[in-house]
Amino acid sequence: MKYLKKNKSLLIGLIITGIVLALALIGLFWTPYSTTEMSTTYKLSPPSAAHWFGTDNYGRDIFSRIMQGMGTTFIVSITTVVFGMIVGTVIGMVAGYVGGWFDEVIMRINDVLNAFPSVLLALVFVSFMGTGLLNIILALGILFIPSFARIARSEMLRLKSLQFVQSAQLSKAKHARIIFAHILPNALATIFASAAVGFNNAVLAEASLSYLGLGVQPPTASLGRMISEAGSYLVQAPWFAIAPGVAIIILVMGITLISEGLTKIEQ
Amino acid sequence: MLMKYVIKKIITLFLALFLISVIVFFAFSVLPADAAVAKLGTDATPERLEALREAMGLNKSVFERYGIWLVGALQGDFGKSLQYTNKTVTSLISTRLGNSAILSLISFVMVIVFSIPLGIFSAKRRSALGRGAMTTVTQVTMGIPSFFLGVLITYLFAILLHLFSLGNFVSPKKNFWAAVGYLIFPAIAIALPKIAMTVKFLTSSIRNELHKEYVRTAYSKGQTRNGVLYKHVLINAMIPVVTFLGVIVAEIVAGSLIVEQVFSVPGIGTLLITAITNRDYPVVEACVLLIAFFVIIINFAVDMIYKAIDPRVTV
Repeated sequence: MKYLKKNKSLLIGLIITGIVLALALIGLFWTPYSTTEMSTTYKLSPPSAAHWFGTDNYGRDIFSRIMQGMGTTFIVSITTVVFGMIVGTVIGMVAGYVGGWFDEVIMRINDVLNAFPSVLLALVFVSFMGTGLLNIILALGILFIPSFARIARSEMLRLKSLQFVQSAQLSKAKHARIIFAHILPNALATIFASAAVGFNNAVLAEASLSYLGLGVQPPTASLGRMISEAGSYLVQAPWFAIAPGVAIIILVMGITLISEGLTKIEQ
Repeated sequence: MLMKYVIKKIITLFLALFLISVIVFFAFSVLPADAAVAKLGTDATPERLEALREAMGLNKSVFERYGIWLVGALQGDFGKSLQYTNKTVTSLISTRLGNSAILSLISFVMVIVFSIPLGIFSAKRRSALGRGAMTTVTQVTMGIPSFFLGVLITYLFAILLHLFSLGNFVSPKKNFWAAVGYLIFPAIAIALPKIAMTVKFLTSSIRNELHKEYVRTAYSKGQTRNGVLYKHVLINAMIPVVTFLGVIVAEIVAGSLIVEQVFSVPGIGTLLITAITNRDYPVVEACVLLIAFFVIIINFAVDMIYKAIDPRVTV
């Protein structure tokens, strides 16, 4: 606790993310208003005590929809990063350990994918796999494999020449055991640190896809799609666009502060 | 050594280009949705579908089709669009490419013009407060999705200040400066997060250099703080920035894909998104291939520039 007081970025980051996560979790089960029920009397009403962030063009409560949208964003972002992290780490670790032509081929493919703008790659995947929650998770998850593979591989190269690995090899331990029981635990800190950055990229990528109408499909609320729908009502109801946008920024800020705090600990 | 480096890079370049063409083509060939069905609709007669498949070359094997497609693509022929009947993909792209190119160029110029002075300014801050303020500003800016920035800019400049009107884009062929005047606004939306990224990168690059021994030597020879910074440190600090700018170019291209949508600029981005929504695969393939080629060639150029300014680099 004392430590947290000193490390302000970590503290503030944890508080912000905690609040956002709590809202999102509550939003999965309960929201102040229905997120789908439309009402003609409350169309585009400005922020008030009853509707904190106002209502949208169908008279739906924007605060409730943001709660639900943040839930969607969290689910998509966490699962994609975890998926990319697991697959990428295994590929990178094995490639770094085996070396030779296998490593060369994997890394060249990796380079090509890495050079690709991530949004473009996500668009390609979504365009042939179709939209929907599972497809978005898969498309974005594949996107994160190369960066994690690269990090895992360089960690492997750093660690595999160390004595504890050589002694494990001399004692005829199985390769899989050396990779996953001896080397992996030592690489985890670095891999987790990049997971935070990955999470932010996932949030932005999910938001972009849903902004383009290629993300999670309605009636489920998503922050990106809310902004895109709000685009036509900017004159009458600017809060309709600004509220979900600020929600994304706060979400990203929280995680950035946490990852900054974590790097301070490492140093 | 230099020759070996260049040759290895060129081989990687062609390998990457080939790999991308394979991925792009085969990704769209394993699609469950049949292009012929997509064009004629699900209630078309089997005979008509068969005739169209024949005409589109869909009855040949995947490898044959890849060969035909690749030969065509190398000659700039990507076939016909499924959505816009009787329009070739090439003509669709060529009418929009210029708009996207101008947009990306303006964004890149903005990044260069603003981030280098800001990076130097931020590296010079020594007080904890000054550093903290700079970090917060860059951090928040980096976290804003470019499309939301686009919406905010529209709100501020189009609705409140009436500096431009949304959707009122004039083709640069008709009036070049009017087009540039419109594109400045989406360019701000694309460039702002990239400026923040570059400033952060340049700041830490300069600070890294400031701890090196040659800096101490320069000081002991009587150089002033500014003299050390501009005559010695900056040149060395720029070397990693060159590579970083390569990444930024790719990011700008990707950013313009989305921001074009916000400002309804008729560019490659809007073409690609419409094609994806309408399952117009020949257009999607061509757009993706075009962007990927551009990005890969930029990366290659960056490697070459990097080697030229810092000969210590090895393969």
